[in-house]
Order: sequence, then C-alpha cells, then structure tokens
Amino acid sequence: MKPSRLTDCGNWVLDRFPLTKFWNEHMAHYYAPKNFNFFYFFGSLALLVLVIQIVTGILLTMNYKPDAKLAFDSVEYIMRDVPWGWLVRYMHSTGASAFFIVIYLHMFRGLIYGSFKHPRELIWIFGMLLFVALMAEAFMGYLLPWGQMSYWGAQVIISLFSAIPVIGDELSLWIRGDYVVADATLNRFFAFHVIAVPLVLIMLVFMHIIALHEVGSNNPDGVEIKESKDPWGHPVDGIPFHPYYTVKDIVGVAVFFLFFATVIFYMPEMGGYFLEHANFIPADPMKTPEHIAPVWYFTPFYSILRAIPDKFAGVIAMGGSIVVLFLLPWLDRCKVKSIRYRGGIFKKALLLFVISFIGLGYLGTQPVTPVATIFARLFTAIYFGFFMLMPIYTRWEKTKPVPKSLTKIHSLEEQLHTLEEQLPALLDEITELKPVDTEIGHPAFKSSFFTRRPNPEGMINVINRLAKKLKESLD
Amino acid sequence: MKSFITILLLLLTLSFGVHASEEVKLQEANINLTDKASLLRGANHYVTYCLGCHSAKYMRYLRIALDAGVDEKTVLKDIAPEGASIYDQLHSAMNKHDAEKWFGTQPPDLSLIARSRGADWLYSYLKSYYIEPGSPRGVNNLIFEDTAMPNPLWQLQGEQHAVSRKTIWGEYTELVLEEPGTLSEREFDLFVNDLVNFLVYVGEPVQMERQSMGKYVIIFLFMFLVIAYLLKKEYWKDVH
Repeated sequence: MKPSRLTDCGNWVLDRFPLTKFWNEHMAHYYAPKNFNFFYFFGSLALLVLVIQIVTGILLTMNYKPDAKLAFDSVEYIMRDVPWGWLVRYMHSTGASAFFIVIYLHMFRGLIYGSFKHPRELIWIFGMLLFVALMAEAFMGYLLPWGQMSYWGAQVIISLFSAIPVIGDELSLWIRGDYVVADATLNRFFAFHVIAVPLVLIMLVFMHIIALHEVGSNNPDGVEIKESKDPWGHPVDGIPFHPYYTVKDIVGVAVFFLFFATVIFYMPEMGGYFLEHANFIPADPMKTPEHIAPVWYFTPFYSILRAIPDKFAGVIAMGGSIVVLFLLPWLDRCKVKSIRYRGGIFKKALLLFVISFIGLGYLGTQPVTPVATIFARLFTAIYFGFFMLMPIYTRWEKTKPVPKSLTKIHSLEEQLHTLEEQLPALLDEITELKPVDTEIGHPAFKSSFFTRRPNPEGMINVINRLAKKLKESLD
Repeated sequence: MKSFITILLLLLTLSFGVHASEEVKLQEANINLTDKASLLRGANHYVTYCLGCHSAKYMRYLRIALDAGVDEKTVLKDIAPEGASIYDQLHSAMNKHDAEKWFGTQPPDLSLIARSRGADWLYSYLKSYYIEPGSPRGVNNLIFEDTAMPNPLWQLQGEQHAVSRKTIWGEYTELVLEEPGTLSEREFDLFVNDLVNFLVYVGEPVQMERQSMGKYVIIFLFMFLVIAYLLKKEYWKDVH
C-alpha cells in the first residue's frame, strides 16, 4: 500500500528528530514495577497540577495588574467581569493547595518505601529542590492578590531575614526593595512568580524524571526489578509504562479531578484554609490583622519558627527543618528500603513523626497560647529527633527478609470481594439477634420476630483484634 | 515506646481543643440566594440605608438586574439612586475627607464584607446596637465593640439597652428593646436578613451559577472515571 501524504509528512519529521527514541525511552520501553499502589499516583498528579497551574496562571496574567493600587481590584475584576475568570482563579487558588497535598503525599511515599535510598539519592535531592522552589513559588504568588493576609504574611516572612546578624536589615531591605512591603515588592514577586521560579520548576521536574528513568522506579516492596531479567533483557517484574501506567494514571486523574471540582464548585474557600477570610480585605499597611497565619501548607514550618523563643534561632530551626530533609538518604543507615520489611523502631519513629508534623501544622493555624507553645516545642523536638537520631536507631533495626521478587498485588475487585465475604461475619459478631416481644399477632408467630441489637462483648473482641493487628504491623 | 505513642496520640487529640473561643455567640442568618425577591429587597435596603457612606464598587446595577431576572428599567427606578446609569457601579456619594473628619475613618467598601466577616457576623452585628450614654456616638455594639459606625437602622429597630444577667455559668449581656421602632421585631429581623442576603450575593455574584454548574461537571467526571477504570481493567487483564 502506498503511504499516505500524512504518513510521509510524519516520517519526514521522524527522520530528522528523535521523537520515537524519546517516546520509547521514557514511555513505551520504560519498564516500571507492576505493583505500584495508591501512593504511586501522586507523581503523575503533581505533574498534572503543575500543568493546571501554568495554564490557569497564564490566563490570569492576562487580566491581573501587578500594581499596589490596582492588584486587588484586578483580582475582583477577574472574579466578576472577566468571562470564566472566576473559574480560572479558583482553579489556580485550589491548585496551589492541591499541589501541596499531592507533594506531601508524594514525599511521604518516598519516605515509607525508601525511594530516597541508593541508587535514588539524586532523585530525592532534585525532588527536595523542587519542594523548596515550590514553596518560594507559593509564597510569592500569595502576595499577588494584595489582600491583608497576603501583605502581612509577606511582611512577617521577609522580616525574618532581618534576624540574621550584621547583614540582616540590609538583606531584608534588598529583598523588599522598600522599607515595608510595597509596590516594588509586589512587582518583583510577580516577576519571580510568573517566570523565574516556574522556569526553575520545569527544569527541575525534567531532571527529576530523567534521573528517575536512569535508575528505574522503586516500588512498595523495595525490590530492584532490574536484578531479575527475562531472556529479552526486560525486568521480569516490570511492565512498560505505556500503556499500563498511562491508563492507570488516567484513573487517578479522574479521581483527583472529582475532588478538585468539588472544591472549586462547592467550597472554593475551604473554610478559610485555601482562601483566607482576611484576604478579602485590601492590603492596608496601617492596620495589622489580629492574627496572622500563613496558608495551611506552610504552617508546620511556621510552628517550628514560633516554638523557638529566640527569633534568629527560630529562623535557623525553620531552615534546618527543610535542610534536614535533603540529608535523608545519608541519615537512614538501614539497607532495607520498604517499610514492609523494616523494623518496628522505624515504624514507630515514623508514626511519631507523622503525628508531630500534623500537630505542628494544626498549631500553626492557631494563635499562640502558653499551652500551644508547649505542644509546638514537643512536636518540634520529635520532628528533629526523627531525623537526627535516625543514624542511630536505623542501625539497630531488626529487619525482615526482603523477597527476591515482587509480592502479589491484590486488585481492587479482589479486595472488595474479601471485604464482601468478611462483612456479614463481622456484622454477626458485633450484633446479636434477639427475639422481639410483640403483642400484635398470633403467639405462634412470636418467635419469628428477631431484631439486631449491638453486642458489647463482640465489639470488644473486634476492637481487641484490631488493636492486636495494629500492634503487629508496628513490630 | 508504646505508651509514649499512646500518650502522644492523646496529646494530639487534646491539642485540638486547646483553643476554645470565648466570643459572643452569633445569631444565624438565613441565607437563600435563590430568593430573588429577598435579594431585590436587600438591594433596595442597601441603597437606601448603606450606600450613603459605603460603596460596593465591584458591583454594577446591570449585574443585579441580570442575576435577579428583572429588567433594567425596574432596577433603575426601584433600586438605583436618582441619576445613576445601569452600567454604574454602586459608588457612594460621600467625600473621603468628610468621612474621615466625621467618623475618624473611611467607611469600608462592602463588596466583599460577607466574605471576610461571614453572614452570621453581619446579621448579628446589625442587630446588636445598644444605647450607651457618654460614648462618642451614644451607642455601642455587642459584636464589634466601639465601632465607628452609628446605628444606621435605629429608626427601624428602636432603642436597645444592654442588661447584664447572671447565671450559674457566668455573666452575660442581653439586649432589651426599650423603645420600639417603626418595624416590629420580626419585621426588623427579616429586613436585616434581606440586607445580609444581598451582601452575601454581592460578595460573589457568580456563586449560584457556580453551584448549579458543579453538578454537571461532577456527573461528567463520574462517567469519565467509569470509562477510565474499565479501560485500565481491560489493559491490565493479563498482568499477573
């Protein structure tokens, strides 16, 4: 058959550009472990959110005005007079929070399955650089609506630099470009937010993925799939990323969009966490809000800052809480990657860390009280303890044997099926059937009336069993 | 170790209760943006009683006409002040310098007040004025102490007095109507509610459209999810 014009045209390009090679290397012939679970959706979702932020961001810049006199008005103009402007703006503001949710879960995945360990240290480093760039991006973007919280949040965070001895005051002046946060600050933050940091982000995402594809993906078992290959040189436990993971990730995308759309259409302010109430008041340099709180994704670090009594020491601690994450690949001395085969001491330490991280995050949204400060200090100590003591406690870990190849994965259907089988038994255990005394009807029918009543003994048994299982999973 | 974790879990749950607030309890406004008649009444009240000092500069008369489903002429006749064009925003006629001289501060624009304060706060605030002899304006407010705004609705509501009462749980202040205004208590509640309803609408005029659109988006995404899941299942059939 004679090739069509279109095919000819396509071949002309392919002869001159390595598109096929690129596609094969990173998609069709990139072998990924076949046992990825729930936590492995968040890498591709982070990329999706980045795209959403870039596209909606470009649309927003078309009507936004980076000028202290016009900024607030232009945002309201977008919300009211620009066709679909409200949707684009809510996508961008919800996208910012979604980005951090996705990234925190992505980082947590790395933490529990040891994805930062040899040979993936560099991927972790790139990822951490991405996290820092993302925080800078979010911080500078938050100033742009020029509301009270934008203004005073920026004022507080930039003034932290003045805590640095000798050069502090000059440095914070240099960052602001004025003695207080003002038009000059807004303009430079706009420049960083819309072009400088996004370029860095895209470059780092590229390097993050290239580095990943060089060494291959980790998996929930922490087994290196490249160590066992079939006669054709493909990993036995691997499947091509495309089409298997492209179709799987689309399912993740659909679920993500369901949540994303629910927030955008029904709760764009998210109770004051995604869009803070005070940010609907235009920035006023003469009026400090009663309670300045950063957006929720910064609150764990903000809590650490407030927990330390000395300002400079607080800044150091806050910086340290991020820097210490970079060192993770070298702090963890355990050879076993996945939490499935790691010792109880690591699992317990991780549980403590998660509790203190969430605790710090909550306390960061609240005003300072003496009790809250005590909690914040305790949680800060645990946060740093988790990392600083890691070289010691991971050395003593009693690990379990790691299998040679991947363990079987249970599909969603199988899991639902076992649940379906277990549920009636569970229901029988926590309830008991009791005959009902009824005065209506013939006495002969009496015995056929039964009703389910909660059975305290059975419930205690179930709770005991659950607690035992929980304890086992921590050993 | 185990007991330490238990204690910490306990502490975490406790720490969520650390900040029980001790603010005055707010009264609940009944917000219903589908009630177009209420929105129009609220707009009318706003122009009559608020616009003298407070602009709502992000809102246009035309938008009110479009969203409430009435024609432009009605809005111009019933709501907008004399001489306003349908394309005008709700600007106030008050001079900035005069305002500062009279009140010590500029009356804020109220376009977004419902988003920063919340409907219940506004509803309670407007109902919580009481007579305080000796204060600069002769009145004070339970919700917003020493507010710079005199009670704009005093003729309608009448005069309230603060009475402090003691119970076993402690002392609290109650407002008692001493001299009735031109509206009955029930009529005044409805009046304020219409006004707050309008302010909630003004805070985000698109919110009704947003919510009605949301369900179609979510239905579409559900269908997309089902198809995506079936596709995934088909592809993964032979992966063991």
